[in-house]
Amino acid sequence: MGAQKKGATRVSEDPDELARVPLQAILLADSFTTKFRPITLDRPKVLLPLVNVPMINYTLAWLESAGVEEVIVFCCAHSKQVINYLENSEWFSHPNFSVTTIESHNSISAGDALRLIYERNVIQGDFVLISGDTVSNMSLTQVLKEHKERKKKDSNAIMTMIIKRSKSSPIIQQSRLGTDELFMAIDPNTKQLLYYEDKADYSKGAICLDKLLLIDNPSISLHNDKQDCYIDICSLEVLSLFTDNFDYQHLRRHFVKGLLVDDIMGYKVFTHEIHSNYAARIDNFRSYDSISKDIIQRWTYPFVPDVKFFGNSATKLERQGMYRASDIVQSRSAEIGSFTVIGNGTRIGNNTKISNSVVGGGCTIGSNVSIEGSYIWDNVNIEDGCKLMHSIVCDGVVIKSGAVLEPGVVLSFKVIIGQQFVVPSYSKVSLFQQPTKQDSDEELEYADNSSGIVENSSMADTVDKSNGQLTSELLDEECGPTYELGPGGVGYIWSICEGSHEEEWRHSIAPIPADKLAEAMQNTDDDLELLTQDGSVLPPSGELKPDSNYSDDNEDPRDDSIYFEKEVEATFLRAVHENIKEDHVILEVNSLRLSYNKLFTDCAGAIFYSLMKLALEIPHSSPSELCNSTMDVITKWKKLLKSYLTDIDEQIEVIQKFEEICLESAKEFSPLFSKILFHLYDKDLIQEDAILKWDDEKKNADEADKIFVKQSEKFIQWLREAPEEDDGEEDEEE
Amino acid sequence: MVDIQGLVNELVSKLRRRKVEGSRATARLTAELLRSVISQSKLPTTNQPAALIDAVRDVGEKLIAANPIELAVGNIVRRVLHIIREEDHSNARDAVEGFRLSVGGDNDYIVEQDHLNLSAAAQSSLCRPSLHALLERSPDSATTYFTATSEDDSEEKSKSLDQNAKSLKFRRKVISAVNDLIEDINTCHLVIAELAVEHIHHNKVILTFGRSRTVKEFLCAAKEKKRSFGVFVAEGAPKYQGHLLAKELTARGLQTTVITDSAVFAMISRVHMVIVGVHAVMANGGVIGPVGLHMVALAARKHAVPFVVVNGTHKLCPLYPNNPGVSLNEMRSPSEVLSFEQFSDCMDYRIVTGAPQLLVVNPAFDYVPPELVSLFITDIGGYCPSYMYRLIADYYSSDDVVIQQKPAS
Repeated sequence: MGAQKKGATRVSEDPDELARVPLQAILLADSFTTKFRPITLDRPKVLLPLVNVPMINYTLAWLESAGVEEVIVFCCAHSKQVINYLENSEWFSHPNFSVTTIESHNSISAGDALRLIYERNVIQGDFVLISGDTVSNMSLTQVLKEHKERKKKDSNAIMTMIIKRSKSSPIIQQSRLGTDELFMAIDPNTKQLLYYEDKADYSKGAICLDKLLLIDNPSISLHNDKQDCYIDICSLEVLSLFTDNFDYQHLRRHFVKGLLVDDIMGYKVFTHEIHSNYAARIDNFRSYDSISKDIIQRWTYPFVPDVKFFGNSATKLERQGMYRASDIVQSRSAEIGSFTVIGNGTRIGNNTKISNSVVGGGCTIGSNVSIEGSYIWDNVNIEDGCKLMHSIVCDGVVIKSGAVLEPGVVLSFKVIIGQQFVVPSYSKVSLFQQPTKQDSDEELEYADNSSGIVENSSMADTVDKSNGQLTSELLDEECGPTYELGPGGVGYIWSICEGSHEEEWRHSIAPIPADKLAEAMQNTDDDLELLTQDGSVLPPSGELKPDSNYSDDNEDPRDDSIYFEKEVEATFLRAVHENIKEDHVILEVNSLRLSYNKLFTDCAGAIFYSLMKLALEIPHSSPSELCNSTMDVITKWKKLLKSYLTDIDEQIEVIQKFEEICLESAKEFSPLFSKILFHLYDKDLIQEDAILKWDDEKKNADEADKIFVKQSEKFIQWLREAPEEDDGEEDEEE
Repeated sequence: MVDIQGLVNELVSKLRRRKVEGSRATARLTAELLRSVISQSKLPTTNQPAALIDAVRDVGEKLIAANPIELAVGNIVRRVLHIIREEDHSNARDAVEGFRLSVGGDNDYIVEQDHLNLSAAAQSSLCRPSLHALLERSPDSATTYFTATSEDDSEEKSKSLDQNAKSLKFRRKVISAVNDLIEDINTCHLVIAELAVEHIHHNKVILTFGRSRTVKEFLCAAKEKKRSFGVFVAEGAPKYQGHLLAKELTARGLQTTVITDSAVFAMISRVHMVIVGVHAVMANGGVIGPVGLHMVALAARKHAVPFVVVNGTHKLCPLYPNNPGVSLNEMRSPSEVLSFEQFSDCMDYRIVTGAPQLLVVNPAFDYVPPELVSLFITDIGGYCPSYMYRLIADYYSSDDVVIQQKPAS
């Protein structure tokens, strides 16, 4: 009753709002990502224990204490499990706090979820949008008030995002929560969010802001030290916006960015910064680890293990952050170190050492076991002499004597590790076999799309990876698909997919290896130096954020053009191998051009690129042979190329592309530059005007850029003279 | 009809989530909840007091487990249990008296006197049930009177006859006593404040620590009696409740000086008396107060300044600080001490060892041993620490000291 009264007074502070709308919240009990696989194949993420309490309880307990009266839990993956859990919990019988569930089986993103909720018509007013893996203890009163006031003044202010300052150096964010760099531009006066980039590339030291932003706003403050708490106060319009824009999937990447870019509707997003309170979202294993430790260190008070905020067993806090449940059988010689939580009914044998770890209920831990920085869930059986370092061990796992888990290991439900087996670091072990790529594509199209980009870019990166990097990768490789987990072992080791090696150490719970850390430090130092020297210098090798080097600094144009080039090349190769007519190729390339929204110049560049590549693939022993084969190819596909080289701009583009090829992808061409250029001229593909213009443009360029101009100096010279002669002749004729 | 279970759950969840804090608020809520438990629980016809005790004990156990650090909850539960036992005893005494009356016959005016006293007590509590009790008392007492004259078999008859009336009467007595208790909790600070003039004299300097309503009323009462004195308020980090107190005191026209906690020792030589409010008073006379109180007490002892604790009787706890199961302290969020954002780089667990390098410990309470306390000023007068056990014997029955029948699971 008290809570209701409180709620009533709070809402009715607003005199205009006579009809009281209960404060609602949408809790997404699915993260729509695969970061917690293979564990999430058995159990939904929100039910995974966080310091021995299923995550969703932290979120619900917080919502309840923040005065939310109605929570709509959206269940998607493993929806039955979530619903069963909630039904058997106290949440359903809680007075003044109603929990209802919505089940869906075909939603693949937060966008789908919100569209479905909108269809159900259950939300009446402002609501809190939160994911079921968020831990917080903040008070909503202030932010709700602000949101309502803003909404009254400006009906376009439809969303308030909660942010928190969290770090003073760029490394911390990653090492703490394993998330990407977040870059925001906020109007310091109104707190309006103007720019949001969650994959901002710090190492580049540059960021592209729309000029209009600077023109429209008298002041802008740029932040890269904020953490997005993923708690949003939304107005009803948010739901209808999702319905209107059926392609919005991701809350941040699509919705927020979409709102910020779209200036027709003029919707605005605001931020609210919290200071003393805690809020964070568990996004990956690393943040799982960090947040667990924050809970143990009581930052989330009152949601701490020794307070029975929900469904946790009576636990007592002892010296040095040691939490122990009531009936633990512990050998006298066992050493339980600081910041450790031991669950109910766990037995611990002789000389066992546990530190910085969480052990669930009903576990049996043998003698001489060493557990460090690990998360052991319920009913785990660890036999004598095992060694666990920074790993996650799910329910029902049996680790036979002498086995070793190296840092970053994740053992999913009911896996059995055989005697003396050493599970290599960062490996994930599950009873399920690793699904093939196609599977996951169907299930989680969106998530995989994005990771696909990441993979591509980091593959491209391997070229300039340092040696140390490679060796560490080789180590990882060794643990590839083994279906053997020592004598008596049950389970499959999931192979780590190619490009995500880099992700592995960032997202796992293992401490960051010292060498990576040193590199990261080095990188940031370098960057700072670069920043002071010259803003435009390209990033160094970028070990810190390898996935973002390519895809981020020029995400939109570059990504597209890479794809486009690939498509054109594929089309062209098909034409070569299947003898498709040139007209048809032109038609196909044209349709590609339209679908990628490209210009003719891009097409010309892409086709020329494919031609050169084809020529390069023809076996050759000397440059002259290569030259000949190239000329053959060009002659053969003259018509195709010609159809895109109608304009002088396109011809210049081709020359520039050629330069690029010579410099970057196929250095074999560089001595042949002038010859091939001449050939192109000879075949009427490139007109002299284009070459001359190119030469003119290059006049002011750096020396480095001029090598090809110099190489073809004679040819250009000849060209320059020839037209004069022609003109002269013409003049004479006239 | 209110759902008792719902009410109990609500208070339990409030206590668990630390939504109600402070001994006064928790004490009042507990007493109010127990009152409704008493008035609405279904009781068997026989052995009512025991059933009531069990009911209250059950609820009490839940409440205590919900937030063991709020000792006031346990105190109130025990007080209520004591009230029930007392009423039970007085009933038995009534029966004995009635019997004696039948034997003696001539000294019936004593019984009348007794009834008058009872009704006066009922009248003094301003609640409705007591009024009903008053109206219904006379026939009831008449029956006891008559049944007492007849022998054993008539007693059985009376059991069947006025069982209802009797149970109602018993319950009403208990409820009115609980109402008194609630009234006491609500007004204890005013009662204590009346004693202020005896302790605060002209031109004295008083030091207080943190924020306490009782202390505030105490000081203001002295001010209203035209005493002029100065107050030092130690701010009471990390909650800085002292700032609020200073604000409130200046609003009431008191000369107030705010000092940091660390300046207490430097200022104590100028102080004539330390007056503090506390979280709980233990059975040995030791007190549990806001963190930093021990330091203030030691400073006061060093300079032989009287260290006076003002507290309502609801803070009196029958447990000893070394009792098992008494959790004296609560570790609160480190964010009260330092800001997460500024120190997040030190909080980083990942680097090097995986263990955090910076730890923050933020206990909420301090235990001050009885030797350092000079005087307790309660709503029933001033007592020295060594007398606390005596007060406890008055307010609690020894059977109730341990509420939990079985060890906490």
